[in-house]
Amino acid sequence: MSTLFKRLLKSLTCVVVLIAAAPSQAALEIVITEGIDNARPIAIVPFSYQGQPNLPHDVATIVSSDLRRSGKFNPLAVQAMPERPSQSSQVNFDKWANLGVEAVVTGSITFIGDDRYQVSFELLDVLQGQMSKGDVAVAADGSIISSQSFILDGRRSVVKGAQLRQYAHRISDIIYERLTGERGAFLTRIAYVVVDNDDSHPYKLMVADYDGYNELNLLRSTKPLMSPAWSPDGRQLAYVSFEKHKAQLYIQDLYTGQRRLLTDFPGINGAPRFSPDGKRMAMVLSKDGNPDIYVMDIASGQLKRVTRSRSIDTEPYWVPDGGSLVFTSERGGNAQLYRVELASGKIKRLTFEGDMNLGGAVSPDGKQMVLVNRNRGNYHIARQDLQTGLLQVLTSTRLDESPSIAPNGGMIIYSTVHGNKQALALVSMDGRFKARLPAVNGQVKAPAWSPFLQ
Amino acid sequence: MQLKPLTKGLVMALPMMFLAACSTTDDAASGSAGTGAEDSAISSAVAPVLTPEEERMQKYAELRKEHIIYFDFDRSDVRGEFAELLAAHADYLVKNPNVAVRVEGHADERGTPEYNIALGERRAKAVSKYLMSLGVMASQISTVSYGEEMPLVSGHSEEAWAKNRRAVLVY
Repeated sequence: MSTLFKRLLKSLTCVVVLIAAAPSQAALEIVITEGIDNARPIAIVPFSYQGQPNLPHDVATIVSSDLRRSGKFNPLAVQAMPERPSQSSQVNFDKWANLGVEAVVTGSITFIGDDRYQVSFELLDVLQGQMSKGDVAVAADGSIISSQSFILDGRRSVVKGAQLRQYAHRISDIIYERLTGERGAFLTRIAYVVVDNDDSHPYKLMVADYDGYNELNLLRSTKPLMSPAWSPDGRQLAYVSFEKHKAQLYIQDLYTGQRRLLTDFPGINGAPRFSPDGKRMAMVLSKDGNPDIYVMDIASGQLKRVTRSRSIDTEPYWVPDGGSLVFTSERGGNAQLYRVELASGKIKRLTFEGDMNLGGAVSPDGKQMVLVNRNRGNYHIARQDLQTGLLQVLTSTRLDESPSIAPNGGMIIYSTVHGNKQALALVSMDGRFKARLPAVNGQVKAPAWSPFLQ
Repeated sequence: MQLKPLTKGLVMALPMMFLAACSTTDDAASGSAGTGAEDSAISSAVAPVLTPEEERMQKYAELRKEHIIYFDFDRSDVRGEFAELLAAHADYLVKNPNVAVRVEGHADERGTPEYNIALGERRAKAVSKYLMSLGVMASQISTVSYGEEMPLVSGHSEEAWAKNRRAVLVY
């Protein structure tokens, strides 16, 4: 450990790497390209506001954008709304039903001093509301006395101005879960690498909210940075850095900026992946000849070799129970995906379709595997049902790679080439919703979706 | 080409000394021509008659200006056309055992970044093995793979990919 510490000190003083944390605004805009037709119609009515200072964040717009980007909802444009109620008692459900709207969200924000805002919202079922004629008993202070079946949810919180954006994502999570029965993933982040050759330090490790806001630069380097991977508590990132003209694995704490050298073996030190319990790290090392899969106990540094083949083994990915790894191997000739059971070492081939299958990622429920499928020279993101083995190609973009699944299993973020630039894109797990995230500067790659952060 | 390193070293060292002597005379001649202010006498140089070995040394020096070896798609075997280029570098490294070289392996952008790291390493190692077969010591060579992370040419065409699938000798 002391040599690791010395190395850390050395790397902290090294000029090629700068740890920075300068916040900026929405670096990745989201452009939806496919899938609105299938989405459920809802309405997020602009929240009423009482107070002197300008609202730092437009809560209803953030919620509306979140739900649209989930691919499951198509929020009504504000101009098309028949009325602007701010609470359930003001809603004329017939008007919304006539527009085919399923659910309406109303809300209000009140400034209560000292940078604090009270935010209330209600999620209303339009059909139920129509049947009950919107009957609701309201107390003098505005709170609802008798709970009505058409009010699917309703909450009130006090938040600081800077937290309004985060709270809006929280509202989106609540609405999403109420209407779909699945957990929302709006309070999440993505890590990614930006390459900007016009910069003195072209390689940048970035973290942003899942929607591209609050982008932070964690590390800048003159040499490549690769493969960011989240710890299960969302506090740390593991990644590969070539700052010493060789591959090394680091772990960096997001909140303190401190980083620790994890491995520095001869050859490849790559593809780090925290185990589901956060205690072990799967990785690729070539110190014993060819690239093989290893698992390290992070606290002790003890290594266990998992695969032993004369071909390329790479891209380990933990099956959610932590008992096995999916990985890419050329042992059968072309690159295909395999699963290895850690206890027994037993290996099973999983993919057979197309020229090659690489970069496997298992869904949080353990039932699906997302991968990069090469077929007739084209690289696309595909999903394979792990029970039936059925493979479905999800994307039609170019040179797709690095798929990463949202923690609720609903969406995949991946890297692609669009307009001669490497950029990120989204596709829903069913392949029906598609969006692009064009970057302002440079090429964007290696996206990694964080775990749930609340 | 299959000479033992020691024998080969001797064979190459002798003509090198001869070559060095030649070039000194050459320099002196051009110097005297340069200082001569009068145009009444115009001197000209005759290309020295080189032995095949000397010719080879000159060619090697020229070849060593090139540091890049290109590869076919998804392949890591050294193509025949790079044999002379690598022989020229091996010759230099054998004669200068204190010189170290770093072989950097690269891949084009197709395929996943992790797979390309593995492919880049395979290419760097193929070049490293090739140099060792020509007598270069393992201790003189280090390898690193940058995969698809440092393309030589930006762009997403067959032409760009062909230039990016490479190994680079860095002294």
